[in-house]
Amino acid sequence: MNYSWNWGVLFQSTGIGDSTYLHWILAGLGWLLVIAIVAWSIAMLLGSILGIMRTLPSKTARTIGTAYVTIFRNVPLLIQLFIWFYVVPNFLPAPIKSWWMNDLGAHTSALISASIGLGLFTAARVCEQVRTGIEALPRGQINAGYAMGFSTAQLYRYVILPQSFRTILPPLSSELTNCVKNTSVASLVGVAEIISQMKTISEYTQNTIEIYTIVTVIFIVINICLIQGMNLLEKRLRVPGLIAGEK
Amino acid sequence: MEWLTAFLNDLQLSGPALWHGFTITLKVLVMATIGGILIGTLLALMRLSSIRVLNLFAQGYVNLFRSIPLLLVLMWFYFAVPFFYTALTGNYLTIDTALVSSIVAFMLFEAAYFSEIVRAGIQSIPKGQTAAAYALGMTYGQSMRLIILPQAFRKMTPLLLQQTIILFQDSTMVYAIGLLDFFRTNYVRGDLMALLTQYILFAGLVYFSVSLIATYAVKKLQRRLTV
Repeated sequence: MNYSWNWGVLFQSTGIGDSTYLHWILAGLGWLLVIAIVAWSIAMLLGSILGIMRTLPSKTARTIGTAYVTIFRNVPLLIQLFIWFYVVPNFLPAPIKSWWMNDLGAHTSALISASIGLGLFTAARVCEQVRTGIEALPRGQINAGYAMGFSTAQLYRYVILPQSFRTILPPLSSELTNCVKNTSVASLVGVAEIISQMKTISEYTQNTIEIYTIVTVIFIVINICLIQGMNLLEKRLRVPGLIAGEK
Repeated sequence: MEWLTAFLNDLQLSGPALWHGFTITLKVLVMATIGGILIGTLLALMRLSSIRVLNLFAQGYVNLFRSIPLLLVLMWFYFAVPFFYTALTGNYLTIDTALVSSIVAFMLFEAAYFSEIVRAGIQSIPKGQTAAAYALGMTYGQSMRLIILPQAFRKMTPLLLQQTIILFQDSTMVYAIGLLDFFRTNYVRGDLMALLTQYILFAGLVYFSVSLIATYAVKKLQRRLTV
């Protein structure tokens, strides 16, 4: 094997200004976090609404929720991102389309499509977790709520949601880590996040093994941090009296 | 409707290429599923064994593959497979590198996910079954092969198939290393003929229909397999 090792690759100058490859990796990490935060916010908001809709007495609400989940779970994420990036802008009204294509930079439009696309994809998954959480509640809780004269809105606000959101924290934390991992797909529509930076650096320097290893370690660290953070949250929000709530 | 007729006309020309792409997708899917379940079962047995080294190895393997994105795994193997082939044999890899490395990558990546399913399946078998097998004088290998695994696999077939459907969708990621699977063939043709919108939507529709029908079939099977 005649591979020339160079573990200091990150501190090497890129030859552009006085930046090193470390700056590129950090910039990539920054975009990763931007996409992950925007996408996760969309997913939690929309996913919770859809998840609640799927458990409502109204048939229309349930059908809309089911249709959404069926569509967004059966089309691969990559194709969904391509649809948001290549297809949807064609169907926008002319003035918005010209603004999107010409005035908005290529990177910004890719960033927006990727964040929205990933958010809507993850929303379908969050929706299923929320629905499972609500359905797992003992039926007596709902009946008791109605018996006390709660309206459906009050029932959800005061009885169902405070309990179910706490019980679904473990599956939600695994969806969160999935969401962060899936940001890597954004590199395929041209967002300069960490994977695409890694690719560029490996092409510039030929130190593929080193740079791939560094990025792999970064992902492992992110993952450990997320899991630890969610574990702490779970401990604080435990529902007393359930098996999972006992210490 | 003009854009639809233009697409349908072109579809007749690109049909054979798309079909070839679909066979590539199936090839990756079948090989990765079989290999993934085999390696996954081994990992699950290691995870459940009382030998500490094996236990730790399996645990580390699963945690590692579950914490990095599939795309990164694919790129690692796209780089590593030819690199190590050349380093070990001294020859250059003459077969389709993208295909071989994506099959290897998916096998090893999915093994981590399959192993968790198999582990849960084995753990769901009552302890009395193992005890009875040992009482009959069976060895560990015999009790696993003849008693535990057949029951466990029957229980977890729907879950394994569901994971295969996810794998079918995830296989589009080979786009990143340039393998002409079904989706990439659609993309390349659409880009070439200025029919990108239609081809992307068409590919989406195909993946959607296949996954939907497969999910429905798995649900039916699940109802039949319930003991």
